[in-house]
Amino acid sequence: MDSILEFIVGRYNYWLYILLMMIGLYAMISKNNLTKKIVGMNIFQTAIILFYISIGFKKGGTIPILEHTSHAVEVSHFVNPLPHVLMLTAIVVSVSTFGVALALAIMIYREHGTLEEDEILKCLEQ
Amino acid sequence: MGWQIDLLILLMVISCAIAAVEVKDLLATAILFGAYSFLMCLLWAVMGAVDVAFTEASVGAGVSTVFFVGAIYHTRRRTKD
Amino acid sequence: MRYLYLLLVVLSASVLFYATLDFPQWGDPNSPASLHVSPVYLQRSLEDTSVPNVVTSVLADYRGYDTMFETTVIFTAGLACFVLLRVFAPKMKDTYYRHIQSGVVLHIKGQTTLLDGSRDFERIDSRWVPADIILKTISRFLIPFIQLFALYVVAHGHHSPGGGFQGGVILGASIILLSISFDLRTGLEKIHERGLGLFSATGVFIYTGIGALCLILGKEFLNYGVLSKILPVDPVMARSLGIFGVEVGVAITVMAVMVSIYNYVSSEGRLDEGL
Repeated sequence: MDSILEFIVGRYNYWLYILLMMIGLYAMISKNNLTKKIVGMNIFQTAIILFYISIGFKKGGTIPILEHTSHAVEVSHFVNPLPHVLMLTAIVVSVSTFGVALALAIMIYREHGTLEEDEILKCLEQ
Repeated sequence: MGWQIDLLILLMVISCAIAAVEVKDLLATAILFGAYSFLMCLLWAVMGAVDVAFTEASVGAGVSTVFFVGAIYHTRRRTKD
Repeated sequence: MRYLYLLLVVLSASVLFYATLDFPQWGDPNSPASLHVSPVYLQRSLEDTSVPNVVTSVLADYRGYDTMFETTVIFTAGLACFVLLRVFAPKMKDTYYRHIQSGVVLHIKGQTTLLDGSRDFERIDSRWVPADIILKTISRFLIPFIQLFALYVVAHGHHSPGGGFQGGVILGASIILLSISFDLRTGLEKIHERGLGLFSATGVFIYTGIGALCLILGKEFLNYGVLSKILPVDPVMARSLGIFGVEVGVAITVMAVMVSIYNYVSSEGRLDEGL
């Protein structure tokens, strides 16, 4: 019983991240409105970033800012800084891609007068 | 930091995400998405990723909400789904 | 059709759930990701670069290539927004002027700059709403402090959370705040389109220029230690200063790209009337 509880406590975070990622995926494939699809894409991105950050987390670790001291750094006292670096740049790139996606949506609206996918398809068939 | 705070914020993040995807008013989507980003930033601060949390607070909750509102202003606000 | 999508989502979720069974416990200090490279960064950051914030030193020094091309991606995104949205031919829109004392609005057919210099009239948007004096005054007070804070964030990224990306975004947000609380023309008067394009290229140029300077001085690309040949400091401090220079470049690019994406998206690329 204890081992099952330990198993669940050690992994429920990952399961909730997967749930978040699937909300994004569902929005991307099933929603009709292009803006909703863009929001789904962003939710998917942040879920993956969240997953990466959680890989770097250590129980009992503090933020990765050192002090100027003479003795050696105890690595297990600090959370892993490497995923933070990779994800920091990914967030800023994600807002730039968000801007480009919105620009594309505005272009489509200018062309067809709508952002609903089925109406755009109807426009294209004519 | 206790796991209770972590779980609480995670559940709020998930409910914000579901609401942002399901609501029919796109301006409401923009605001809910800003709330989602800010809660995400809290989650990262709890995990010790202060730099990432700072970036998300300024980028996700601030600038991208403004972009979104700007785009909705020039397209349509209501949607069918 | 809805059930098909749901089935697809459930299938991919179940694959991912199955994969979590092999994962280490959440927050395990001995997980494989924490054992391989990052201990070296944590142990050597202070003696190599004299930067206490390990995230900054890894971002700009150990993994400088990565950040350089991320900056290029941001620059390219700004360029893509320009190419997609910018319309040079103005829609033959009418011009509106408002008499400040009486509130009478003049509607002039076509484009004109007739009354632009006048003290009695102000140019307004076609969908003008009465401006909130509190909003304008507060944002006029706040913007200098926001910009000062942004510069602090850029310069103090070595010792506290912060750096080029965050500082650049905050600096851009202050200009976006100006454009929202007044109107887009006021923001464009302070920093116009050509200036934004120049700034976004300048930032990338500063980054690559510092890298190329290291190459000229006889070491590898982006190896800042060699900058001690031209700066009056030791190689460790030269690395710290090199990181700072790179962060300034990143901040300039991010600021310019954020403001120009806002300008293009909020005015549909015509740069006449914003939000």
